[in-house]
Amino acid sequence: MAHYHDHLGRPLVAVTGIGVVTSLGVGKTDNWTALTSGRSGIHPITRFPVDHLNTRIAGTVDFLASSDKGASALTFELAEKAGREAIAESGFDTDEFGGPLFLASPPVELDWRERFSLYNASKEGSASDRLLAVARNLQTLDIFETSQFGSIAARLADEFGTRGLPITLSTACASGATAIQLGVEAIRRGECDRALSIGADGSATAEALIRFSLLSALSTQNDTPEKASKPFSKDRDGFVLAEGSAALVLESLEAALARGATILGIMRGCGEKADDFHRTRSKPDGSPAIGAVKAALADAGLGKDGIGYVNAHGTSTPENDKMEHLSLSTVFGEHIRSMPVSSNKSMIGHTLSAAGAIEAAFSLMTMRQGVIPPTINYDNPDPAIELDVVPHRKREADVSTVLSNSFGFGGQNTCLVMAREPV
Amino acid sequence: MSAHDVVITGIGLVSSLGEGTDAHWHKLTAADAAPTVDATRYPPYTVHPLPEIDWSLQIAKRGDQRQMETWQRLGTYTAGLALDDAGIKGDEGLCATMDMVVAAGGGERDGTVDDAILAASETRNDREVLLNEKLTTELRPTLFLAQLSNLLAGNISIVHKVTGSSRTFMGEEGAGVSAVETAAARIRSGQSTHMLVGGAFQTEHPDMLLGYELGGYLHRGPWKPVWQRDGAEGGGVVSGSGAAFLVLESREHAKARGRHIYAQLGPVISGRARRSKEDLATAIGGLLDKTSLPDGPLLALSGASGAHAATAAEGSALAQYGNIAARGFATLTGHMKEAQFPFAVALAALAVDRKAGYPAFDAQAEKRYEGIPHSVLATAVGYHYFEGMALVSASD
Repeated sequence: MAHYHDHLGRPLVAVTGIGVVTSLGVGKTDNWTALTSGRSGIHPITRFPVDHLNTRIAGTVDFLASSDKGASALTFELAEKAGREAIAESGFDTDEFGGPLFLASPPVELDWRERFSLYNASKEGSASDRLLAVARNLQTLDIFETSQFGSIAARLADEFGTRGLPITLSTACASGATAIQLGVEAIRRGECDRALSIGADGSATAEALIRFSLLSALSTQNDTPEKASKPFSKDRDGFVLAEGSAALVLESLEAALARGATILGIMRGCGEKADDFHRTRSKPDGSPAIGAVKAALADAGLGKDGIGYVNAHGTSTPENDKMEHLSLSTVFGEHIRSMPVSSNKSMIGHTLSAAGAIEAAFSLMTMRQGVIPPTINYDNPDPAIELDVVPHRKREADVSTVLSNSFGFGGQNTCLVMAREPV
Repeated sequence: MSAHDVVITGIGLVSSLGEGTDAHWHKLTAADAAPTVDATRYPPYTVHPLPEIDWSLQIAKRGDQRQMETWQRLGTYTAGLALDDAGIKGDEGLCATMDMVVAAGGGERDGTVDDAILAASETRNDREVLLNEKLTTELRPTLFLAQLSNLLAGNISIVHKVTGSSRTFMGEEGAGVSAVETAAARIRSGQSTHMLVGGAFQTEHPDMLLGYELGGYLHRGPWKPVWQRDGAEGGGVVSGSGAAFLVLESREHAKARGRHIYAQLGPVISGRARRSKEDLATAIGGLLDKTSLPDGPLLALSGASGAHAATAAEGSALAQYGNIAARGFATLTGHMKEAQFPFAVALAALAVDRKAGYPAFDAQAEKRYEGIPHSVLATAVGYHYFEGMALVSASD
């Protein structure tokens, strides 16, 4: 029985289903082919006019039925597609999953098109009077649903037959990793033997783009979109806003093996540490990120020689990549020189609330396929960041453990350690 | 009794009734408790407004205050009250190892900018270009951060140095239920020794009213107690600004620090009835069955919102248990959305600690309760979806 439990006596958590959607396509197969070919999903924005905008490129998902229906509808469809692929692969019923749902999704706000239509449906009173007067006479709950923070998860819970009260969470750009962590923890505590963790983000609206722009977070290299996201490069100038989703079916290893499921990987450890320095910047000594990496290693029962590959947060902002290098080199010391570290964001951009989940999915596939996706656009290496970033082209490698980093605004730092085999 | 029992050692409360545990206890146990309401600012709606607050008492730096709007200030302030109450505030070691789950919606948008865009939309057809034009020039960069859901927790980390872990749950009342449930589960399993959990809601912004009214949920016309709004104009909810934060600890951790224990947090039960398909009262009854209720008369701090269907279902589920004396505290505080469940748990813990019940907040609809409440039920049945409850008991 011992091999069903980890070094702390907790149930080992396996992954038995994976689903992914990014700007590179729908499903694991298309995404993996594109990712390992070094193809970029970043393109000029066509969803809305780009007049007056400094950034006119993004990794939006433009090929779904809801791609032009607003953030709420698109986030739901992204989550639904990834969730369905993951549950189907796990072998559970896609309409009777039977475990809890943890959803990382962007905070919702009433879409501007709805705001305009409500406002212009009345002519009396102040703007807020007009909105409220029209709102209370609406005949359907469609707009209401888009304004409720729990409604996407509620719909997914209905559709997939998940158990209990679904949890919708936000830890900013670490949200996807947190959704997985919550699932892992629920299984470890024995609350369930399976869980569905989804990260989904379809919120690349004009306003979202403008907000990140005003914080100087976005790349403005509009002329060659596919080259704009260049993590760890000297001339990196910000992240590229993007959309996507990923879902993992998490299961106690014991339950998964008992039903003969294929084990796609093991969630070995999770670590987190909040930063109290600043709302958007990290503590200069990198101690919170360092603490999160160390906590994940300790939770996984691994030392600094225990990680074979790092799936970096690697956003391509001047600040993140520098801080991430600092924290990795501090934790791993000399080992970091022999550890490949690549950033999926060089190809898919920064998928915000979904990033941690998408990158966990790609990390698991990296181990299983024995192929590390590259960091593309690494044409001008930053001499201050000495890392083997797997530049330009994929690399075949026998990877048995991965560290995946996620760092977000508000001092959120979450790291996941995954393994190919239970050990 | 076990070392990993979850006990409540700190409570922070702010509502239209005032701030702190004493102010709430005095107002809520007064024989003629009356609500503080404002019916003039957002007609035809009534709201329970925030009291005067000196933010600097819990948020010392003006710079920090400026980075937030009222919602984040309110949450950060109330979290500070709870940390103070538990003797944790300013203790670097305890704060750095403290885990946090915050139930959050979103922060306030800039109404002036939005209104200007809406006004311009009357005369322009290129509305998307209009948006770009106005938003790029008129939005304050920092406002985005004041709106972000997880930045309430972020500000608590910055201001109070709570940095063990930080998670934000979203999803109206259900977020508050899940936050308390998850925090308790972490402590019971030995994953955390001490946790900060809670939420805040600032209703005094048109968008916060719109969040209810897009579903037709707000009560209109003269204020009424929460159980008596069915049949009145509108959807039954009267919202209130407020916040509740709790410090939860393992019994062992609290004892080792020699802290006063308000109460023990027993089972926390959550659910999601498919309300369009199943009977909500029956579903709530199912949750009550799982809550290990004691025999005899039971006091219940009900988070009922006033929303007609949900409030009627909860009233009937509680009535069917026969000996539950419900106290719909939203009658006096208004509905505080994400903060509603933590608030219910806090009021339940206060009753246990002070060995007395609350008088009826609505003498017509609520039963008398006499005696010393050894256990008190706390509920939150969402106005639209999600349900939860917890049993809070004396710790010895």
